[in-house]
Amino acid sequence: MSQFLWVVFPYLMLTTFVVGHLYRYHTDQYTWSAKSSEILEKRILKWGSLLFHYGIIFTFFGHVTGLFIPKEVFDALGIDPHLYHIFAVTMGTLVGIPTLVGLLILVYRRMTTPRLILHTSNFDLFVLLLLLAVVLEGMYITVIHSGFLEAYDYRETINPWVRGLLTLKPDANLMVNVPFSFQLHALTVLLLMGLWPFSRLVHFWSLPLIYLTRSYLIYRKAGQKN
Amino acid sequence: MKIRAQMAMVMSMDKCIGCHTCSVTCKNTWTNRPGAEYMWWNNVETKPGIGYPKEWENQETHKGGWILKNNKLELKAGGRLTKLLQIFYNPDLTPIDEFYEPWTYNYENLINRKLGKYQPVATPHSQLTGERIELKWGPNWEDDLAGVHITGKRDPNLEEAIKLAYEQVFMFYLPRICEHCLNPSCLASCPSGAIYKREEDGIVLVDQDMCRSWRFCMTGCPYKKVYFNWKTHKAEKCTFCYPRIEVGLPTICSETCVGRIRYIGIILYDANQVAKTASTEDPYQDHLSLFLNPHDPKVIEQARHDGITQDWLEAAQRSPVYKLAVDYQLAFPLHPEYRTLPMVWYIPPLSPMINAVSQENLLDTVEEMRIPLKYLANLLTGGKTEPVKQALKKMIALRSYMQKQYYDQGEDLLESLGLKPEEAKDLYNLLAIAKYSDRYVIPTNHREHSVDLHAAQGTVGLEFQEACLTCGLETYEEQNLIRKTEVQHGR
Repeated sequence: MSQFLWVVFPYLMLTTFVVGHLYRYHTDQYTWSAKSSEILEKRILKWGSLLFHYGIIFTFFGHVTGLFIPKEVFDALGIDPHLYHIFAVTMGTLVGIPTLVGLLILVYRRMTTPRLILHTSNFDLFVLLLLLAVVLEGMYITVIHSGFLEAYDYRETINPWVRGLLTLKPDANLMVNVPFSFQLHALTVLLLMGLWPFSRLVHFWSLPLIYLTRSYLIYRKAGQKN
Repeated sequence: MKIRAQMAMVMSMDKCIGCHTCSVTCKNTWTNRPGAEYMWWNNVETKPGIGYPKEWENQETHKGGWILKNNKLELKAGGRLTKLLQIFYNPDLTPIDEFYEPWTYNYENLINRKLGKYQPVATPHSQLTGERIELKWGPNWEDDLAGVHITGKRDPNLEEAIKLAYEQVFMFYLPRICEHCLNPSCLASCPSGAIYKREEDGIVLVDQDMCRSWRFCMTGCPYKKVYFNWKTHKAEKCTFCYPRIEVGLPTICSETCVGRIRYIGIILYDANQVAKTASTEDPYQDHLSLFLNPHDPKVIEQARHDGITQDWLEAAQRSPVYKLAVDYQLAFPLHPEYRTLPMVWYIPPLSPMINAVSQENLLDTVEEMRIPLKYLANLLTGGKTEPVKQALKKMIALRSYMQKQYYDQGEDLLESLGLKPEEAKDLYNLLAIAKYSDRYVIPTNHREHSVDLHAAQGTVGLEFQEACLTCGLETYEEQNLIRKTEVQHGR
């Protein structure tokens, strides 16, 4: 069972994540978008979207720091586990709260605005609620579990497991004794990643940084693809 | 110098009767789909009025077009970095309610309702929610000045002095489509680079595959002529009916115009001067100076060098748009002060006198027309009345001259305006007789230059234009190379 949960399932999801994106990008550009609904409702969106997006961006960088930088690096820098823990919990809470509040506003907006209820697909709604689950679990881990229950050092178990997955040396044993809330968070995120390529979340890859450097005007010959 | 050809349009407001046929045929052709109900790529507004969407001309709220910032051209809604920071929420986006909430009627009720005391009625229902709604605004709410005594005060073209004259009611119709600008701010606002201007005819299009739903184009366009399809989540706009234009037919709005007010033709311009021209002090005059004389041997030589073919050059020489805009200077751009260099131009309307004619000289009556010169100037020349005044004088002189030809009354005032009799006849033919082939001088598109149809034939079936990997490449040799690898891989 642990082999399935911590090796097979992650690889299934990660493969779907990669192949799904490639497949969709090459076959279905037409629906590849952020699916903005601002034109239908912009008053509630303002707070929800801004809080959530900026929150999740910083959360993302926080995870990169926490998951991919080995513990030894922190040790070498003289950051002891206690200091690291305080820093992680404080920063996690600071960026987590706007993310959660923003997401709750967005969910509220989706479920109460008549115009949006009608035009939200079941899949969109499912992904949104899954995202809410991920953020709620993350907040539970950061605020309640790590803040009050125990200072669990995931850098000794989860981090090597994630890096093992990515370097094709998976080790399911690392995850067996991890607290349940961490396990659940990891599994939900993996599920979300499996659905990612088929959802509106693909707009993550389309952040148009090229806009900063391109010329304002674009000319193209008739009938040509860009 | 880099000469490009632009497909351009002139509409004569002097002839528009406000029948909305253009809007209806456009809608039937392009936007009668879910998600596009509220879009009117072509709409006809009654002026004065705040139009569709509400107050689209007020760029302090809508933030469309370009502004000069330290003598540099910058987007009114903010530059590249501002846009990226606002990508999660565009504070300037015009919501659908500013256009109008699209609706239909429950016509079934007329047939299915039980027998009752009163006539059954079809009530309006929102096409967004299906709910019964009260109609408080629509795409053409101000038709023939309806309610304009209230809304009209928010028309930014009405200045204080004009507002007084406003008590002596005046109105005219303004049909609007996408301007297919030379310096389009919608295009410049698109972070994805999905909007592009076609090299050969200047038509501005949205690549539906590349649009990522960032919705800045809607804000960027000062004419509010880029729309957001709420069902497909993609931007859409007037296509200048490019499938028709490519085969030499006029746009559907022009084709079906009962007043024959529209003219389509080619303008040659120097693409290297676009940014410079858009940033000068007098947007109308400088815009005009951008247009190149298609009879000038130097221009012809350069145009050939830049790949413009003989049939397009000849069309440019016969272009009714060039005649009306440059030769006779009767047509003007709509709001040149937005600095997008719009390419749908307008002939201002003559209007009845306020009082009995008191002027000795017939030409001076332009000052006493119901439509204030300043109002037209605010619309067409960035506030400069002189060019509009000259145009109206020419139109008066032309009427008077033709009256003289047929009825032996009226005056010959052409000379004072620098018009020759043969020019007057030419103008008369263009404005009054207006045969189909004179109004629409549209050379067919040279698709063979952008897609190698012959080489693509038979390689990937009927849909090759969409599926062909080779079609975007420059040379025939490169295409052959890729095709060979395709064959090897069994495609």
